[in-house]
Amino acid sequence: MPEEHKGHFDDRTMETVMGRLLQIGVLLASFVMLVGGVLYMRAHQVMPDYRVFEPGSMALRHVGGVVKGVAAGDSAAVIQLAVLLLIATPVARVVFALVAFGIERDKLYIAVSAVVLAVLFLGFLRSQ
Amino acid sequence: MSLLTFTALLFVGALLAGLLGALTGLGGGVVLVPLLTLGFHVDIRYAIGVSLISVIATSSGAAAAYVREGFSSVRIGMFLEVATTLGAILGAYLATVVHTQALAIIFGVVLLYSAFLSWQQSRKPVPELTKGSPWSDKLRLSGDYPGQDGKRCKYEVENIPGGFGLMFVAGALSGLLGIGSGAVKVLAMDRIMKVPFKVSTTTSNFMIGVTAAASAGIYLHRGLISPGLAFPVMLGVLSGSLIGARYLVRAHVAVLRVVFTFVILALGVEMIINGVTKWF
Repeated sequence: MPEEHKGHFDDRTMETVMGRLLQIGVLLASFVMLVGGVLYMRAHQVMPDYRVFEPGSMALRHVGGVVKGVAAGDSAAVIQLAVLLLIATPVARVVFALVAFGIERDKLYIAVSAVVLAVLFLGFLRSQ
Repeated sequence: MSLLTFTALLFVGALLAGLLGALTGLGGGVVLVPLLTLGFHVDIRYAIGVSLISVIATSSGAAAAYVREGFSSVRIGMFLEVATTLGAILGAYLATVVHTQALAIIFGVVLLYSAFLSWQQSRKPVPELTKGSPWSDKLRLSGDYPGQDGKRCKYEVENIPGGFGLMFVAGALSGLLGIGSGAVKVLAMDRIMKVPFKVSTTTSNFMIGVTAAASAGIYLHRGLISPGLAFPVMLGVLSGSLIGARYLVRAHVAVLRVVFTFVILALGVEMIINGVTKWF
């Protein structure tokens, strides 16, 4: 593409890879979610009361607890693992953008992506 | 109701929400929370948590299709994500201090406003190309998109602070109510920054996922994402939106949009009435 400046071409490639990345993340999360759902339905018969809010199990609120739960075969933990994968998907997109802007040597957007990533982690850390 | 019936109904409801959301371009998130609270009597905090992760799923699931069209701008998206993610964290924080019935009322107001935006959008004229702000080039927000004759149409953006500010509000609404707030994001880009409509809608889709992820971690940590609700709702909305995207070309979008606008309007009124009567 001679009439297009190089930066643009690289942006398109970047976006194509990003699209794939997001698709793979969602596919993976959906698969884990489906497995977790089937296990959950086999393990539970009684409907929880969702009318009144009651904070979920402490163990399933952080990564370590979820991993431990999955290892122990807890169906709720498998579902939470899918949720974690889902949350990680857009974050992975920002990480990839940071790398891609690095390859393009676009200092401004390296900084912008780094700020977005920092805000995302601020959200996770603040909640710990 | 047995757990199996409840779960199956949730899945079907979420599927319909995702389907309508994709067909009308308004997103499934706006009807999901009213469906769960009004239809299934789920506490609004559970509904918001589960809606937030469904929003990530639909936005990421649609991403590859949007990229193929070649309209989205990774730079505009990333730049404005600074505002939406900061807003999302504020929104997630506000969600803890706001009374649950107040949440329902705010949600209702946002629904009414979405219905208004949707009605307005269907009759808006094509905006003319503008000479953007000098910062458009400096921040590398100017870009181009494939035009109808195969040539690339160039565009510049204006009023960047205004767009950035509204994006912060969009992020806060997303974190507070568990919606994608795509309508507000498109408004900020299309109306305020004068980004071409197609570029605005596709870029907004990418931003929705990152914005929702910023607050979803906080919701997860607070125990607000309930596994028993998460799996039927997330899988339902995602399937619905993927089916919807596939049949988008064949559907009577204009009619559907009118119907969906009225659905949103009715749900908004119902959420407000419900919130007020239960609160006082």
